[in-house]
Amino acid sequence: MSGTFERRLLTRDRGAGILQKLWLIPWSFVLLLCAVAAVGYVALYSAGGGPEAYAAKHAIRFGFGLVLMLGIALIDIRFVARFAWVGYLGGVALLVLVLLHGNVGKGAQRWIDIGPLQLQPSELMKIMLVLGLAAWFQRASWERIGNPLFLVPPVLMVLVPVGLILKQPNLGTGLITAMVGGAVFFAAGVRIWKFALILAGAGLAAPIAYRQLHDYQRARITTFLDPESDPLGAGYNIIQSKIALGSGGLWGKGFLQGTQGHLNFLPEKQTDFIFTMIAEEFGLVGALVVLGLLALVVLFCFAVALRCRHQFGRLLAVGLGTNFFLYVFVNVAMVTGSIPVGGVPLPLISHGGSAMLTTMLGFGLLLSVFVHRDAEFGPARE
Amino acid sequence: MKGVRREEQQRRGIFTRRAVALGFGQLGLFGLLATRLYRLQSEEGERYATLAEENRVSARLIPPPRGRVLDREGRVVAGNKLNWRALLVAEQTQDVGATLETFSRIVPLQEHERARIERELRRRRRFIPVTVREFLSWEEMARIEVNAPDLPGILIDVGTTRLYPEAEHLAHMVGYVAPPAERDMDGDPLLELPGIRVGRAGLERHHDQALRGRAGAVQLEVNAVGRVIRELERREGVPGLDVQISADAELQKAIRGRIEEGTSVVVLDARNGEVLAMASQPSFDPNLFNAGVSAAQWREWTRNRATPLINKTTNGLYAPGSTFKMIVALAALEARVVTPGERVGCPGYMDLGDSRFHCWNRQGHGGVDMRGGIKLSCDVYFYELAKRTGIDRIAAMANRFGLGVDLEIELPGTRRGLVPTRAWRQAQGKPWALGDTVVHGIGQGFYQLTPLSLATMAARLATGRAVQPHLTHSIGGRPVRGTRAEDWPSLGIPERDLRLMREGMWAVVNEEGGTARTSRLPPALGMMAGKTGSVQVRRVTREQRERGFKVENQPREWRPHALFVAYAPYDNPLYAVSVVVEHGMSGSGAAAPLARDVMVEVMNRFRTGPGPRMAEAKP
Repeated sequence: MSGTFERRLLTRDRGAGILQKLWLIPWSFVLLLCAVAAVGYVALYSAGGGPEAYAAKHAIRFGFGLVLMLGIALIDIRFVARFAWVGYLGGVALLVLVLLHGNVGKGAQRWIDIGPLQLQPSELMKIMLVLGLAAWFQRASWERIGNPLFLVPPVLMVLVPVGLILKQPNLGTGLITAMVGGAVFFAAGVRIWKFALILAGAGLAAPIAYRQLHDYQRARITTFLDPESDPLGAGYNIIQSKIALGSGGLWGKGFLQGTQGHLNFLPEKQTDFIFTMIAEEFGLVGALVVLGLLALVVLFCFAVALRCRHQFGRLLAVGLGTNFFLYVFVNVAMVTGSIPVGGVPLPLISHGGSAMLTTMLGFGLLLSVFVHRDAEFGPARE
Repeated sequence: MKGVRREEQQRRGIFTRRAVALGFGQLGLFGLLATRLYRLQSEEGERYATLAEENRVSARLIPPPRGRVLDREGRVVAGNKLNWRALLVAEQTQDVGATLETFSRIVPLQEHERARIERELRRRRRFIPVTVREFLSWEEMARIEVNAPDLPGILIDVGTTRLYPEAEHLAHMVGYVAPPAERDMDGDPLLELPGIRVGRAGLERHHDQALRGRAGAVQLEVNAVGRVIRELERREGVPGLDVQISADAELQKAIRGRIEEGTSVVVLDARNGEVLAMASQPSFDPNLFNAGVSAAQWREWTRNRATPLINKTTNGLYAPGSTFKMIVALAALEARVVTPGERVGCPGYMDLGDSRFHCWNRQGHGGVDMRGGIKLSCDVYFYELAKRTGIDRIAAMANRFGLGVDLEIELPGTRRGLVPTRAWRQAQGKPWALGDTVVHGIGQGFYQLTPLSLATMAARLATGRAVQPHLTHSIGGRPVRGTRAEDWPSLGIPERDLRLMREGMWAVVNEEGGTARTSRLPPALGMMAGKTGSVQVRRVTREQRERGFKVENQPREWRPHALFVAYAPYDNPLYAVSVVVEHGMSGSGAAAPLARDVMVEVMNRFRTGPGPRMAEAKP
């Protein structure tokens, strides 16, 4: 009974009350996010040797993020769909801006200052790209997607921001952005053989691309292949991270007891290597629990996608879920020495305001999809 | 419409299949990460796995040597000596209790030592060693080494401990170190190291950050029993910086050899305020703090009425007596209430209302001008000046000469003293009476001043500059500000007024009838300018006077304090001195001769030596 009531409420009556919408928000998911952020608080407490250095800021940022997320969740998804292209173009504009006026950090132009906030447009771009692609594909039928000409604009929509991000240069985020875009293409129904074709082409182009890489990017790849070749140079991070993981053992050394982190053998322990801190102090058990929580977040994104009754929401949810997944995967794979180090933080846990805000912005959109999952869009078009 | 429905269904079907594929793909990758973690953290014994009990990689902090304190000639007044000690690393033993039990069978441990060890073990991280026993003898070390297999987690290492070669001679300046207390823990991992000390008093405390340095760290690969296989990584620390001070240890010792209990002597370089010596008797041996002061020793120090732990030159508070008279004279000149040549009649007393204020000289001085007032220390002359000038102008002038203000010397806990004003008295709820002003004109009353500030006053009278006393000459080889006379601003007192004060002080020592005439310097060393002072510690009533009161007959602690401030040479001031002899009876009898001896010592020492300025001595 209440299901049809809600449906009517959301589809016919645009003025559905804020209270009703709040009722529809999946609070268990919000709780899950709080749990992950709490893990971040504990880890950052340890990394900073107390709450002052990182942990307190983390909690405040998460609080702001929660408000932002819940605010966005109340926005009608059709409104989001209609103005998705504005978001996309805004994201591209910011990327151009950062190339022209951005701050250089570690040899790359990556962020711009907006008041007290340091914004990394490449983070925002991934979400805006998902929005833009979902809007493009939302009404396309299976036949239409089969038409290669129809695919030219969305391919450009992916290539332009990816190119801009690679130019910063930021190889890791550039590749992740491309993969997020690819996931939306895949979910929208682009033919499988086309993916095969592109992958094969990429494989052939890889040696040429390798030559285009910056020295530090190449060093990451070579040290990844053989970290012990240069233990105090480029391989240092990976070895130290592995030592930390290995010495953590099954149950860990205990809260605040990690030697690798506290004696500063571990680089950037509050950002990229926060997961190593967790694994050293709380062991395999702790690391797996955290990984499990993060996997639940990804699963929720897919569950939202499957329950949604409009294509825009489905594609958006899959794109956002994949984005979050890639963040987690690349970070954890990086600190375990499984892929080359790439400066990707662990979402909701690492120290950093810009990443926290964009992550919560993404979850806001996801919740909006969930709340408005039965909203009516127009039919598919030929 | 049907077509649309079918389209939607087809689209949804494809999406569902692909989304599920993507989702499972991602779950699978999570699974891969999990197995990777499992391999690294638990399974892969060969290279990285270190089962929780085994600790393949152990990290240790390397303490940096604490910086030394050197005197102006480069003599070590606070250094380091080796200290062999037994440490316990909790994470390298299965059973801490058993290890300690075995240890105490080899080297007996007292009950309070056990308690301390257990407290530290609880407080510190498991990889940080805790001191079991310090200052091991050769024999004890040998016994521990032989039994090493039964003592898992115990390691012997050599650390350093503080050594003060001059013992009690510079204790009040240099201060001492002690193990850090909970409140010292400022997040510096260095403070958790066994055997580490932090400055507790004096320069050791003031310069603690510079002297401490920064800890290094070393990462070691160890096998299951804790034996080091190789060093993986080493980060050097930063050694503590040496602090060179302006005081001269030999001069300090020579002065301390001459003074008795209750006496303070301060010697400054008058040109720049460098402290050359600062002696307060009695003193204490700072080396005793190293191993922790015993309760009995502490009781002895704190119950001793002569307060050996207190630096009387910075914390002893005295009324300045007649040594204050130059301040009153300068305040009167600035206020234009008197001219230097004006004569004030002294019949031996001054009446104000129904109170009679006596001059120290019952017979009276007759007509006295300003120069004579200083030379003869005529009390009536200064009663009159104070009455005309007012207490607040006198207090302002005193502050300009470093009295009752924070001199910012690098000795924590230094008192600023008290120079009373009308407002101060009113804050106590009492009115300021004219009689109070009169009494304060001769440096009696509420004044509470340190010998250090009196020496500063002498230096400022000699140079006309606002020199501040300071001890630090350089940190880590870098000179600090204030070693040059030009670093100090002018006081803004007219040179004519200052010259008048100096002439009066010269007459005190060098002219027939001056109160310190017997204490002039040997002619070869030039001339000294100074001012005597004596302050009552008990009020003498009229009845006592009439019954033939004599201070000599009083018990020692009722006798007046004796003071003297001076600088020399008169025509080219280099040194400023203040002397306070508690219960020394009179400035001219006890303090001035001592000041003369100190001045002779200083001048002889620096005439042949490298001179009173290190900048010249060490190019």
